[in-house]
Amino acid sequence: MVSLETSIGSLKLANPVLTASGTFGYGTEYSDFMDVSKLGAVIVKGTTIKPREGNPYPRMAETPSGMLNAVGLQNKGADYFVKNIYPVVCKLGCPAIVNVSGSTIEDYVAVAEVMDSLDGIPAIELNISCPNVRQGGMAFGVNPCSAEEVVSAVRKAYHKTLIVKLSPNVTDITEIARAAESAGADAVSLINTLLGMAVDAERRRPVLSTVTGGLSGPAVKPVALRMVWQTAKAVSIPVIGIGGICSATDAIEFMLAGASAVEIGTANFIDPSVSAKVIDGMQAYLSRHGFNSVKEIIGALEV
Amino acid sequence: MKKYQLDLCVRDNIHIAEDAFMLEVTHSEPLPESEPGQFAELLVEGSNKTFLRRPISIHDYDRDGNIIRFLIRRVGPGTEKLSELKSSDTLNVILPLGNGFVFRNQSVQRPLLVGGGVGIAPLLFLGREMKACGIEPTFLFGGREKCNLLRMGEYSNLGRVFATTEDGSFGQKGFVTDHSLLEEEQFDYIFSCGPTPMMKAVAGFASEHGIGCQVSLEHRMACGIGACLCCVEETKSGNVCVCKDGPVFTTDKLLW
Repeated sequence: MVSLETSIGSLKLANPVLTASGTFGYGTEYSDFMDVSKLGAVIVKGTTIKPREGNPYPRMAETPSGMLNAVGLQNKGADYFVKNIYPVVCKLGCPAIVNVSGSTIEDYVAVAEVMDSLDGIPAIELNISCPNVRQGGMAFGVNPCSAEEVVSAVRKAYHKTLIVKLSPNVTDITEIARAAESAGADAVSLINTLLGMAVDAERRRPVLSTVTGGLSGPAVKPVALRMVWQTAKAVSIPVIGIGGICSATDAIEFMLAGASAVEIGTANFIDPSVSAKVIDGMQAYLSRHGFNSVKEIIGALEV
Repeated sequence: MKKYQLDLCVRDNIHIAEDAFMLEVTHSEPLPESEPGQFAELLVEGSNKTFLRRPISIHDYDRDGNIIRFLIRRVGPGTEKLSELKSSDTLNVILPLGNGFVFRNQSVQRPLLVGGGVGIAPLLFLGREMKACGIEPTFLFGGREKCNLLRMGEYSNLGRVFATTEDGSFGQKGFVTDHSLLEEEQFDYIFSCGPTPMMKAVAGFASEHGIGCQVSLEHRMACGIGACLCCVEETKSGNVCVCKDGPVFTTDKLLW
C-alpha cells in the first residue's frame, strides 16, 4: 500500500488532499456525497472577528473554465464559530483548519488568539489575499512589508501550525512568500483567486455588484502551477498548491511542481465528491509509477 | 433530506415550443423522494462556454413511472446543450436540493398557484401533490404571448387554469395581477414562481388581502448546497442562500 501521508510543519496529514476555504462550507454540506473523514483536512470558510454580511448580490459570474466570485467573507464571526461551528467541525473525522481573515492586524490577531485556544483546531490559514473586501484582505498580501508585519503579529499570538494564503495579484509572489517565511509562517498556500471582471454587454453593466471579483477554476491552473513552482524553489517551508484542481492528475502536477499538499476549491461545486476521487486517483498514480510514498513526488519535476 | 449525485438516464427530450423543452430522466433504481419546489443541479457536458451546473426546478415527479421531468427554457449555452440531450444519454444530476413549497401544515383549502413564463414548471408537481392530498389547486399563469404558456393541458387535469398574456393572444390581456379571477373569487394561500416583478406584485396582492404567500426565487448559483454563498438574498434575518434556505420563501421573511 502506498503511503499518502504528508505533513505541513508539525501537522501530520493522512493524505495531501485538502478542501479550499469558501468552497466546502464547514464540511457537513458535503457529507451526503462523500466520506469527509477521508480528507487530509477541511479548510473552513474565512472567519473574521465580527460577523460580516458580505457583498450584495450578484456575487458570482460564470466564465470560460471558471467563475468569478465576490462573496466578501460572509461569515457569522468568531464567537458564533466557537459556539456553533467548532463542535461540528471537531466531529468531521479529519483535521479542520480555519481560514482567518480580517481588516486590520488587530482583527487577524484576535481571531488567531481565539483559534489558538481551541484544541480541536490544529492549524489556521491566514488569508492575506481576499480580493473582495474593501479594507485589509488582499492589501496585506500584495506588499512584502505589510505581509511580514501581519504574519509576525499573528505568529506571536498563535502557537500551532500557521499557513499563510498568498495572493497571485502581485508582481513577484516569491517576495511575499519569503516575507511570510521570515515572519514565522510554517507553510504558504497559493494561489487565492486572480482579480478579474465580467461585463454584461446587453445591459452595459458589470455582472458583479462589486464590479471586480476573484477568478477561480481550471482557467487559473497554469498560473497557479507556475507560481507554486517558483515559490517552492524560493522558500524552505512547505507549499500548498491551489488553483483549478479538478482531478488526481491536476493534483499530482502541483506536487511535482513542489507542493507538499493541495487544496481543491471550485471543482467541489461541479462534483461534490471530487476530492475523494482525487485521493483514490493519487493512490493509483503512485502505485502505477512504483512510488512508496507521496512524499517522493514532491518537487520531483525533472526540468 | 438526503441529497444524491446520480447518473440518470435520459428517457426523452421533447421540444415543446420554439425556446422550451421537457427533459425526462429515469434511473435503474427508485429515484430519490423530493418535494414540489425543490430543484436539481444538472451537469452540462461538452460545452466550452459553460462551467457550472444548471439549477433546474423539478417540473414533475412520476413515482409510478420512476420519471422526473424538467421543463426548461433555452436561454444560453448551458440550456442549449441540455436541449441537445437524446434518449439513453447519461445526465449527472444532484438532487433533491433546497426547501420546497409547504402546504400540508398550512390549513390550505383554496390555494392559488401563480406562475409566469417557465416559472410555471414547479407548479405542476405542486398541484399534483395538492390534488393527492384532496386539495383542489387553481392555476393562474402569465406570459408575454400564447406560446409562452406551456403544457396547459397537463395543468388542467389537476385544476382550473386561468391565464393572461401581455399581448392578449391567450386568456385575458395584461398581467396576472390584472386577472378578474382575483376579484371574483377568494383564495386562502398563494404559491408563486416566475419573474421577480411578477412575484413581487403577487406578494403585494397577498399582503393586501391578508393571505399567506410563498415564492420560489431564482438566483445565480454555483454549488446548490449552501457552500459557496453566491446565491444570497437579503432577508429580514440577513443574507441567506437561495439554494439552501430557499428557493421557496414565505414573503413575510423577504424585504419585498
